[in-house]
Amino acid sequence: MIRFDYTRPGDIDAAIRSGTPVDAAYLAGGTNLVDLMKENVARPLKVVDINRLPLTGITELGDGGLRLGALVTNSQTAYNEQVQRRYPVVASAILAGASPQLRNAATNGGNINQRTRCYYFYDTDTPCNKRQPGQGCGAIGGFTRIHAILGASEQCIATHPSDLCVALAALEAKVQVTGPDGDREIAFAEYHRLPGDEPWADNTLRPGELVTAIDLPPKGFATNYTYLKLRDRRSYAFALVSIAVGLRLEEGKIAEARIAMGGVAHKPWRRREAEELLVEREPGHASFDEAARALLAGAVGQGANDFKIELGRRGIIRALAQAAAGTPQSQTDKRIA
Amino acid sequence: MNAPQKVGIGTPLSRVDGVAKVTGTAKYAAEYRVPDMLYGVTVVSAIAKGRIVTLNEEAARAVPGVIDIISHLNRPKHAWFNRSWKDELKIPGEPFKAFHDDRIQFAAQPIAVVVAKTFEAARFAATLVDVKYETEPHNIDFETSLAEKFMPGVGHRRNTYHPPKDHGDAERAFGEAPLQHAAEYHLAVEHQMQMEMHASTVHWHGDGTVTIYDKVQGSQTSKELVASAFGLGEKNVRVVNAFVGGGFGGALRPQWQLHVATMAAIHLQRSVRVVMTRSQMFSHAHRPECTYQIRLGAAADGKLVAVLGDATTSTSRFESNMEDIVTWGMMNYACSNIQGSYAIAPRDTYTSADMRAPGAATGMTLFEIAIDELAYKAGADPLAFRLLNYSDIDNMNRKPFTSKALREACHEGAERFGWAKRSPEPRSMKEGRELIGWGVATGLWEANFMKTSASAKLSADGHLEVASAASDIGTGTYTVMVQVAADTLGLLPESITARLGDSDLPTAPVEGGSWGAASTGAAVQLACQTIAKKLLKAAGGVEGRPFHDVSSIDELEFAGGYMIRRGDPTRRVGLLDAMRAGGLDVIEAQETASPGIGGMISLATKARNTHSAVFVEARVDEELDQVRITRVVIAVAAGRIINPKTARSQILGGVVMGIGMALHEETAPDKTLGKWINHSFGEYHVPAHADIEDIEVIFVDEPDPEVTPLGVKGLGEIGIVSVAAAVVNAIYHATGKRVRSLPVTVDKLLAV
Repeated sequence: MIRFDYTRPGDIDAAIRSGTPVDAAYLAGGTNLVDLMKENVARPLKVVDINRLPLTGITELGDGGLRLGALVTNSQTAYNEQVQRRYPVVASAILAGASPQLRNAATNGGNINQRTRCYYFYDTDTPCNKRQPGQGCGAIGGFTRIHAILGASEQCIATHPSDLCVALAALEAKVQVTGPDGDREIAFAEYHRLPGDEPWADNTLRPGELVTAIDLPPKGFATNYTYLKLRDRRSYAFALVSIAVGLRLEEGKIAEARIAMGGVAHKPWRRREAEELLVEREPGHASFDEAARALLAGAVGQGANDFKIELGRRGIIRALAQAAAGTPQSQTDKRIA
Repeated sequence: MNAPQKVGIGTPLSRVDGVAKVTGTAKYAAEYRVPDMLYGVTVVSAIAKGRIVTLNEEAARAVPGVIDIISHLNRPKHAWFNRSWKDELKIPGEPFKAFHDDRIQFAAQPIAVVVAKTFEAARFAATLVDVKYETEPHNIDFETSLAEKFMPGVGHRRNTYHPPKDHGDAERAFGEAPLQHAAEYHLAVEHQMQMEMHASTVHWHGDGTVTIYDKVQGSQTSKELVASAFGLGEKNVRVVNAFVGGGFGGALRPQWQLHVATMAAIHLQRSVRVVMTRSQMFSHAHRPECTYQIRLGAAADGKLVAVLGDATTSTSRFESNMEDIVTWGMMNYACSNIQGSYAIAPRDTYTSADMRAPGAATGMTLFEIAIDELAYKAGADPLAFRLLNYSDIDNMNRKPFTSKALREACHEGAERFGWAKRSPEPRSMKEGRELIGWGVATGLWEANFMKTSASAKLSADGHLEVASAASDIGTGTYTVMVQVAADTLGLLPESITARLGDSDLPTAPVEGGSWGAASTGAAVQLACQTIAKKLLKAAGGVEGRPFHDVSSIDELEFAGGYMIRRGDPTRRVGLLDAMRAGGLDVIEAQETASPGIGGMISLATKARNTHSAVFVEARVDEELDQVRITRVVIAVAAGRIINPKTARSQILGGVVMGIGMALHEETAPDKTLGKWINHSFGEYHVPAHADIEDIEVIFVDEPDPEVTPLGVKGLGEIGIVSVAAAVVNAIYHATGKRVRSLPVTVDKLLAV
């Protein structure tokens, strides 16, 4: 851990002023940033503690949606009555991740900005283009069990570790940000990015921009949904693959479908084509399998993670079945529904 | 008048150190506050093999608060000869000596320590030390290292190594056997990963003496190492390990932070603390990787006619760590044609090390998967198959056991588990989308006994203190000492204090091998018996001389603070009354328990082992191959149980670790970089609470006055042995998928 200046601004304008220099970092729950600082991976010279900013509410939006303040903790979100009733896939995804202690500290803004758990990114004695541009990628040709099968580049095969983001991608949430150039709204699909030739950039935030809220649209898919997380142990492990599903059924047929995957790419993985394959179809193995194959089209393994392709296909089919049957995966009963 | 109730051996006394532990007053090595102490943070090598060319310390030294940086360039003089660096385990080879020279032998090797007034300054400065290396080719890949495997010659082997003993003509018997099974089994590297990180706090007294608070499984082995390697002299070094936050074998050998902290203290003539990071904990001890080829032959009736095992485990290039792998299966089953071979394969890592049930957790576990496979080939119930091939003697050494209640363990465990209701065919039990499988395996470990000394001191206020330089690595040694003392002298546990974890106390070995309870317990009993004899003598002065005809303490019962004439409870003397009558303010004794004392029979004539039968229910999602271990019943035959409560906890912990071995634990090498790559608790998986469901522990009645003076066999290890085999066998029964490489992760199940 390097030495740094610490400030705790009381209002958003002051926070942005402090947070705009390239060597600054916003600190919320600290469950990821502080770890990375201890490992000497994150080396901010200015740490801007935003915990005093007024970003802590969960409020109803005029369009019928729900706004989750950036500083609302993951626990507060998951156990919020409105979230549980109207957006159970969000609550379920949060509860599938981390531990109660971490969820109590981690915030919604921090969750969507958390960084990859790639072993090489975390180890400063290995090469990593994400940590140090131009160093090369240690993971490619290395141990790749947890790495991407979709959307990777020759520069980076890291995955995004968040569970919450997979649900937010499926719901088409919107990220509210503010910054030196004012406020803007970013569609969730545009928020995270693929590594390409700039793997150091996880998302499309501009310098100094601060997430203020995450807006959930009116449609919550509260009847037919699931969040299915497949991992190396039953709790406290990042997803090998995870699937968030929201379905709208009409007269026994699928009227609308959302499928997002975690653990497979640099961002939550969604494809409209895969979802559209399900529309007007009856729920069933054949249609689910088609959708799964379409969502995974072009998936490439690195060796140790080849299994994610088949596990992902089976996982998508199961998740769609869970959602269609209205029997979502429980996050307390560890039996797969 | 009846004799008062005794609270001693066999009672479920709660841990006597429990309150201290849960309230935080129990101090661990990194928690001692020492005046004017400095903080050392270790810089470790970024490469796996080569030499340090330059160490640029300029930026690091410029950090405010930094006092000095110590490396091979400026370290204090340390011993040249390897023998001065040998710890109690005496692993053959050249022990690792931190900062010895510019050579890098493994990734994350300690190469310098930054010492500062604050931990934060030292940690920051450590990131600024700029090291240039000259790299050399390295190999961390086990498969590749097998090309260099070898068997050290006699005189270059570990003193705990038992070579397999062949009998009959196993090759021919296998070739002619109507039922054959041959397969290769594999275990990944695991790291012990105790909760408490390795730490040493060196208190530099300034008068030539030091007190070192060390994370180690034996204070005296650290003391001897420091005294000899750094020339401090035995009388000047005291090592304290009063509380140890887990060991699992990872702290049997003093670790490199002790070298680093001691050198920093000597160099600066100051007190220094050095603590490893969690990541650095992956730089040293680990359970060796293992490949094990097993061939089994059986007659048409299922009786074993041939057992052949060939195993290789990993070690470093500088030391020859060895385990017993192939012997367990040869010992456990009745078979007249047995043959084994063993070798070690060197690679560019730190030396592999003992980890809970070293050898057996690997060798017996993998063998029990092979036996299961043969049982299916024979069309037999896996439990019945094991009982069919049951051996009443140690089949390899052809020696009777002091006791072996494995048959009873199998029966009691099966009864409790409901084994009789098992559907024999794989993939024949199902509930919803989950396939259900029931698996069994039997376990074997040694009932060890080591020379151990203890003292006892009874004061006139009725307080008894018992002490030994033994360690309590979470196993319950403190509690066992109190119980044995309470039992021997008939005192209440509340009036007894146990002291351990201090090199100044009577000599004891490192805590390992499941010998602690039997050995320390026996030493405490002997010391307390000497106190009893002195009390009997003192009682001669009591008015009325109630024991005028008593010549030995064997004629007395000690209970409720009294010595009582056996057969005549009206003749009794209070212990304190006896002391007063004898004019004694305090009674002290020190005794040593050695193999061969009391009714113990010689090692040469009988085998001494613990046994277990493990029953596991696995539920596996039929499409997603997600495994849940929903039920475990383990029946253990381990002689006399001193404390059923702490004993149960020991076995529960072993089972949990066995489930981890089966499903989770694996340290992955990056072959290009030559380092373990998943070096954090985020990515090195041990079972979480959600992975552990019902575990039931049964202790089978197994009286064994021969095995050790207390009839105790020890429980530290038997709980893990073969648990992973029962899990693998249950997964096979559930799914029809046989995975021969541990851990059984989802990718392996998908591939079958």
